[in-house]
Amino acid sequence: MNPSATLALLPLLLLAGTSVVVMLGIAVKRSHALTAALTLAGLACAFASIFVAARHIPQQATSLLFLDSYALFYIGLIIASAAAVAAFSYSYIEKHPVHREELYLLLLLSTLGCATLAASVHLVSFLLGLEILSVSLYAMVAYFNDCEQPVEAGIKYLILASTSAAFLLFGAALIYADTGTMAFSGFHAASRDAAGLALLLPGIALTVTGIGFKLGVVPFHLWTPDVYEGAPAPVTAFVATASKTALVALLFRFLPFALQSRAVLLVFAVIAIASMCAGNLLAIRQTNVKRILAYSSIAHFGYILAAFQVGGPMAAEAVAFYLVAYVTSILIAFGVVAALSTSAGDAGDLEEYRGLFWRRPLLAGIFTLSLLSLAGIPATMGFLGKFYVLAAGVASAAWLLMIVLVVTSVAGLFYYLRIVVALFSAAPDGAPALQSLSPGSVFVLCGLAALLLFFGMYPAPLLGLLGAVMAGMT
Amino acid sequence: MILVLIIAVLLLAGALAAVAARWSTLLPRWISLAGLGVDVVLAASLWSGRAANARWLEEVDYNWAPTFGIHFHLAVDGLSLLLLMLTFFLGIVSVLCSWTEIREKVGFFHFNLMWVLAGIAGVFLAMDLFLFYFAWELMLVPMYFLIVIWGHERRVYAGTKFFLFTQCSGLLMLLAILALYFAHHQATGVYTFEYSELLGTPLSFSAQLLIMLGFFVAFAVKLPVIPFHTWLPDAHTEAPTAGSVILAGLLLKTGGYGLLRFVIPLFPDAAHAFTPVALTLAVIGIIYGAVMAFSQTDLKRLVAYTSVSHLGFVLLGIFSWNPLALQGAVMTMICHGLSTGALFVLVGGLQERLHTRDLGSMGGIWTAAPRLSATALFFSLASLGLPGLGDFVGEFLVLLGCYKVNVAVTVVASLGILASTFYALRMMQRAFFGPETRPWQIADLTPREGLITGAMIVGLLWLGIFPRPVLNTFAPAMNNLQQYARGLNR
Repeated sequence: MNPSATLALLPLLLLAGTSVVVMLGIAVKRSHALTAALTLAGLACAFASIFVAARHIPQQATSLLFLDSYALFYIGLIIASAAAVAAFSYSYIEKHPVHREELYLLLLLSTLGCATLAASVHLVSFLLGLEILSVSLYAMVAYFNDCEQPVEAGIKYLILASTSAAFLLFGAALIYADTGTMAFSGFHAASRDAAGLALLLPGIALTVTGIGFKLGVVPFHLWTPDVYEGAPAPVTAFVATASKTALVALLFRFLPFALQSRAVLLVFAVIAIASMCAGNLLAIRQTNVKRILAYSSIAHFGYILAAFQVGGPMAAEAVAFYLVAYVTSILIAFGVVAALSTSAGDAGDLEEYRGLFWRRPLLAGIFTLSLLSLAGIPATMGFLGKFYVLAAGVASAAWLLMIVLVVTSVAGLFYYLRIVVALFSAAPDGAPALQSLSPGSVFVLCGLAALLLFFGMYPAPLLGLLGAVMAGMT
Repeated sequence: MILVLIIAVLLLAGALAAVAARWSTLLPRWISLAGLGVDVVLAASLWSGRAANARWLEEVDYNWAPTFGIHFHLAVDGLSLLLLMLTFFLGIVSVLCSWTEIREKVGFFHFNLMWVLAGIAGVFLAMDLFLFYFAWELMLVPMYFLIVIWGHERRVYAGTKFFLFTQCSGLLMLLAILALYFAHHQATGVYTFEYSELLGTPLSFSAQLLIMLGFFVAFAVKLPVIPFHTWLPDAHTEAPTAGSVILAGLLLKTGGYGLLRFVIPLFPDAAHAFTPVALTLAVIGIIYGAVMAFSQTDLKRLVAYTSVSHLGFVLLGIFSWNPLALQGAVMTMICHGLSTGALFVLVGGLQERLHTRDLGSMGGIWTAAPRLSATALFFSLASLGLPGLGDFVGEFLVLLGCYKVNVAVTVVASLGILASTFYALRMMQRAFFGPETRPWQIADLTPREGLITGAMIVGLLWLGIFPRPVLNTFAPAMNNLQQYARGLNR
């Protein structure tokens, strides 16, 4: 590997290095503050190194990884969300009497897995990245192993994720058997005469199963609500943002060739429509904020798949913008949940949020903002994301998908409003005393909210960046 | 620059009011009044400085998101200016009428009040369709908060219904805007949301019809047009007084404004083909609203249904699309804002005193509160279209204009005026005359209420007796709109 390729790989190398440093640090001295500081510093260095790496792209680093502006953009998004998760974790896990330090180690490893996925152009790196991510996530979801709920969620996640990984592996084998290559770029060439490739379509179907599971789209969504509810709030934030971002990034590299097939297009359209409908409708009856957000995430990835499926020049940009908006909003939402949680458990029940605005105006205001963004109300990034997706859909005249999107997102509005109503209704008598908030979490939340508003009202810089990034995608 | 300032002042006043509530509950009210006062002065300066026949009296245009061709383009003509003045006037009214009604969470209340007004001002000023949609949705959220936090018994139901109806129709409009945007690009190779450039986009008839329907639905929900009206009685009834005043006086007008500014000029052929349907819906609305108003027992709900009836005239006037009918439609919008706004203020005042809105438990209030009752009589008469008051001018002009287009529709619509006599007089009879159901011990019209209603009385008299200056203000704007929609000439 030449020096230039090493520099381009710097973000990944730094992430891996930080994990080792953190592990050694824990071995030498258990200190929560020190571990958290090391983690954040490592993530900051990795983020900063993206700008170094950007001068050495596009770069094929071994046959497994390909670094271009597209990969770096998604790596940046993943690292930034991991940093936010680390910040939320600090005050969250302080409240719990467990070994705290290993969570950061797992977080770093899963971030590395996500970043690998974002840069992956080969079935091997795809599976490697996915496994690094999944194995760390099993442990993170069940981190509080003395409680019933997290362990249940962890086991559920473990069983379903490993099943889907098996599907994926089998699918990969089928694809390889037919095309004789494991590099994504080879599929494009091989699929041109797809008529002779009998195993390719089943192969794609099985890999889609694996990817669909991680994205939590219908009909692979069954784990979502339980894991979202059972996992500790910061971990849920990670599952909902970084891990899904990585898979979406991979999807655009992996599957464009498959979209030439009408059958695959149809499957994606059906998955998108089913996710939009099921996610939004099932969320309506929920009374737990974490479960509501879980179902809403099913719907959001339905929107994203809708944009992905319509293709066209705008799709990649629309999806990227939507993801940035979604990640920012969801991080805020789960950050608020984490900040309100106590040692007795996460703040999940809607009742616990009743009247929050009158007791904690800042926190509830930020939460409202993120909910409005998820609902796609103007002045937030979420609106522009939805606008972008709609624009991509209308440009490709995908009317059915767009009408479904419009109708289901109105249903979606209903449950976001339920949370908002709870936040703004009168506080119940005898509400538990407020515990103090950690300034770090509040600072991160405010920063994210500022981003949400800034890009919601002045998206030009972000749009310019995305335009440049997608133009650099090869 | 004045236009940016107009909106910024409202936003700023709202933010300041929210903060100021920490120190005093009086401060937010005065800050809001001051902000609105500044805006009135700014708008008045536009009025006095208007050029005779310029396209816009004033405009600003900044690049906003060049990737999409989105501009921050605000512009004002006579039509927008009048509606803007109405906005600030009713804004002041809503601050004053909630002076004693709203006692809790005063800062946040005024924050929402100012921001909903800013959204409405944005709707009347935006000349970029993206910006228009932005403002259109933005006025929704604070209005929703006004209803669900400070509303009456079924406020959450009413607020959610209002939000869902508006959001659903709004998203359909967004789809239509995008379709127009891409159709324009296909025809000209330019990506733009600019209103004046999108005018005259060549479209096939079926495309025009579909896109127009997307816009029409959004405006029809707001106006409201049967069968999209069901949110209205709930929202108007459950909202606090200031909320009802803004809903009836302003939000409904954004629907009418949208039809005037966008639907017909952008899609003249489709609108022409759609006219019979629209006129039928309008007439059904007029009669239905009046009948429903007549059969209500909740005083506030009664007033809410009269809006359905009155706004039917607006729809009638707009789709008749000739100078007389258009003048009438705009006059009706303005006068309805004043007369129905005042009725809501009075009903709110009554509810504050009696703690009920039920017509059955009222009666004989005149002896206890003669000035309040007399004021109510005045606005009831305005609402039923008494000649000499503004509403009469508007509805009469609409009927005159409509007569040239469709005689049958005009005849049925005239029955609506007749029906309005029934509900207005029934309301007066039940609530204010008749035997006293209880020995009322209530305060008469307070000086504050007197000031509000007095100003509105003067306004209605002025519009009724000497409407010329107002008609002249929006005449050039109407001429422009009619030129765009030349396809609709008959």
